[in-house]
Amino acid sequence: MSDNKKWFSIDLGLNKKKETSGSCGCGKTSGGCNSHKEELSADEFYEAAIDASIGEERHKDGFEQVFDVKMDRRQAFKKLTASLLIGAGAVSTSCSVTTGKDTKEKAQIDWEEQFKGNYKLMTDDEKQKTIDRLMRSYELRTGKNIAMTAENAEENVLFGYAFNISQCQGYMNCVSACVEENNQDRDSEMQYIRIHEMKDGEGLKFEEADDNYYHEVPAEGHFYLGTQCFHCDNPPCVDVCPVQATWKEEDGLVVVDYDWCVGCRYCMAACPYDGRRFNWSKPEVPENEVNKNQHYLGNRMRKKGVVEKCTFCVQRTRKGENPACVEACPTGARIFGNLLDPDSTIRWVLANKKVFRLKEDLGTEPKFWYFMD
Amino acid sequence: MSQLKVLKSLVIDSLDTITKGSKTYHIWMGALTLVMLIGMYCYSIQLDEGLSVTGLSDRVSWGLYISNFTFLVGVAAAAVMLVMPTYILKDIDFKQAVLIGEGLAVAALIMCLAFVVADMGGPSVLWHMIPGIGVFNFPDSMLTWDVLVLNGYLFLNISIPFYILFRHYQNKEAKPKVYVPGAILSVFWAVAIHLVTAFLYQGLQARPFWNNALLGPRFLASAFAAGPALIILVLAIIRSSTAFKIEDKTIKKIAMIVTVAAQINLIMLVSELFKEFYAPTHHSESAYYLFFGLHGKDALLPWIWTAIPLNVLATVMLTFGKLRNNLKVLYFCCFILFVAIWIEKGFGLIVPGFVPGPYGKIVEYLPTGIEVGVTLGIWALGAFVFTILAKTAIGIETGELRYKEKKAAAESVL
Repeated sequence: MSDNKKWFSIDLGLNKKKETSGSCGCGKTSGGCNSHKEELSADEFYEAAIDASIGEERHKDGFEQVFDVKMDRRQAFKKLTASLLIGAGAVSTSCSVTTGKDTKEKAQIDWEEQFKGNYKLMTDDEKQKTIDRLMRSYELRTGKNIAMTAENAEENVLFGYAFNISQCQGYMNCVSACVEENNQDRDSEMQYIRIHEMKDGEGLKFEEADDNYYHEVPAEGHFYLGTQCFHCDNPPCVDVCPVQATWKEEDGLVVVDYDWCVGCRYCMAACPYDGRRFNWSKPEVPENEVNKNQHYLGNRMRKKGVVEKCTFCVQRTRKGENPACVEACPTGARIFGNLLDPDSTIRWVLANKKVFRLKEDLGTEPKFWYFMD
Repeated sequence: MSQLKVLKSLVIDSLDTITKGSKTYHIWMGALTLVMLIGMYCYSIQLDEGLSVTGLSDRVSWGLYISNFTFLVGVAAAAVMLVMPTYILKDIDFKQAVLIGEGLAVAALIMCLAFVVADMGGPSVLWHMIPGIGVFNFPDSMLTWDVLVLNGYLFLNISIPFYILFRHYQNKEAKPKVYVPGAILSVFWAVAIHLVTAFLYQGLQARPFWNNALLGPRFLASAFAAGPALIILVLAIIRSSTAFKIEDKTIKKIAMIVTVAAQINLIMLVSELFKEFYAPTHHSESAYYLFFGLHGKDALLPWIWTAIPLNVLATVMLTFGKLRNNLKVLYFCCFILFVAIWIEKGFGLIVPGFVPGPYGKIVEYLPTGIEVGVTLGIWALGAFVFTILAKTAIGIETGELRYKEKKAAAESVL
């Protein structure tokens, strides 16, 4: 159906389903027809779901090739690392008496972390190893424990988001909840979410909106609209990355491997939605404010010189919770859910509200919709 | 084995040449070293504190470094304007100039790579970008194309002159069969490096100021104006300060290239301005910001209104044969044209791409002292590399550096 389109099109199976019910014309009530059709569309829906969630990954030839090469390299690196470590270890033990066991372990972790591969190409075992190292490293440095996970995307899940412009009052609870949840740099006051205060009756005039207000809300004669990373289905930021340090996960989340990012900021130039942030200096979070429930691709501690962004709180959403911004919103303006689950609220919104997305003409297919009551 | 011996002798001889020279030469090299050291100091601060020491921000995330990178790719590409007539069209006039041009390309490419590295947030993990060891996102990312073409061009521009000089050093003629295929390849390659660099920006739908089909061709035109203009200036200096002979005819021919390229560049500028201002849309806001300022923010006005008059003045003056053939006027024109294009293609192109931001927010950018320090350091590095290359090449071409002579001299001593 969408084969003839010249631009990229998100495939949620929505269109297909609509078409079947449309062509039948028997409405919701006619039982026999409906059940027969339901079977058929469920089948189609399943196909579409797989397409939307794994899509081109079905044919993994190129990917696998890269993968195989990577494995060889990594093994080579491991051997190299091991031999160098033995050498370095021997030298350090013979030369110094004072070096503690912890220091050596720290050095080893640092070394292995410096030369580890790209997370996107790691096996589950390697993923586990790197988060173990990161947790141990944090413990060695601060004496405190963090819980870091590396859950992969679940099958039949494609995350989407809807924002109710009528409900948002501009309280910015979402912004502060996001900062606290995601361990963002407090020094530069980095924020993933921007709330744009716009004048009533002038439509969506972003260039005249104020996204940095410090007054009582809701301000008379204004309405509010939030933006963040839209987790596009066709993300321009992913294509431009020279090292594949950012990619789209199978559940639709656009994520960054902070340890693989080289900090060229090409993705920031490519993003039409101001969705990415850069750590211009070493990010600082006071020890007592650190959120210790972390995910490798989400809110773990970043370092200076890497790009980061909203991950729809991958550390929460892959455990079945809502993102922090959704949970914090006092007005219920934020709706999050699985686009492939026909019973989800987000699907209800898409089906029953007049939804729209920003800059649709760019063909980025955001998974972030706006609507009004 | 004997080749290695010659190579060793060449290295020793060239080290000898580059460490000896007039007082001016020593002052020049000393000054460059000082600037490089200052640049390195500034860079060490940047490494330590992060890119927060620059004027960059989340809203304007590329600045002075990437501006210079873009401009210098053009300078490097311009070497081809000398290579083509010399090696392929067999135009003898350019033979002297071409080695200088290629030396300039090498220096420019080294500066390009240095600017890219200076702009990186994590230079310690740059190995992620090495094909085979890291993950090279080819062909999706235009940046990987750029890495390939820039390094390939660097290789071509080192190997061709090296071969020729190496042969001349041994008093042998360079065999055209060996180097002409490389030279032909480098002609296409030069166009590629600049076009690919333009595509780096042109391919971003997020930035309407760059997402413009004219960007690539305009890059080429401005490069073929600014690059040869720089070559003319360098040739003028070399002519007056060394024994290397460069005829007026050569310089005048290069001036012709500069003139035509500058004229085409100006036509394209007019076309761009027409498109932006005749029927302005949302997408013209960056151009408005660049030329007139937006909502009282006008940091780029002094730059662009320096560049445009200089560009127009230089192009008009060059167009008149009488003025162009007067070498003093020509040098002046080349200088102002070079400055104008540096501004236009650097600051005037990169910064407005980010202003206004995706949601219309206007955040201005001005480089900090540290950024300027690093930038000057890298330019000094380029000048340093070029001086070394040129001095050796001139030594060989003028016959001062010869393998055989030295051997003969050694034998006579014995």
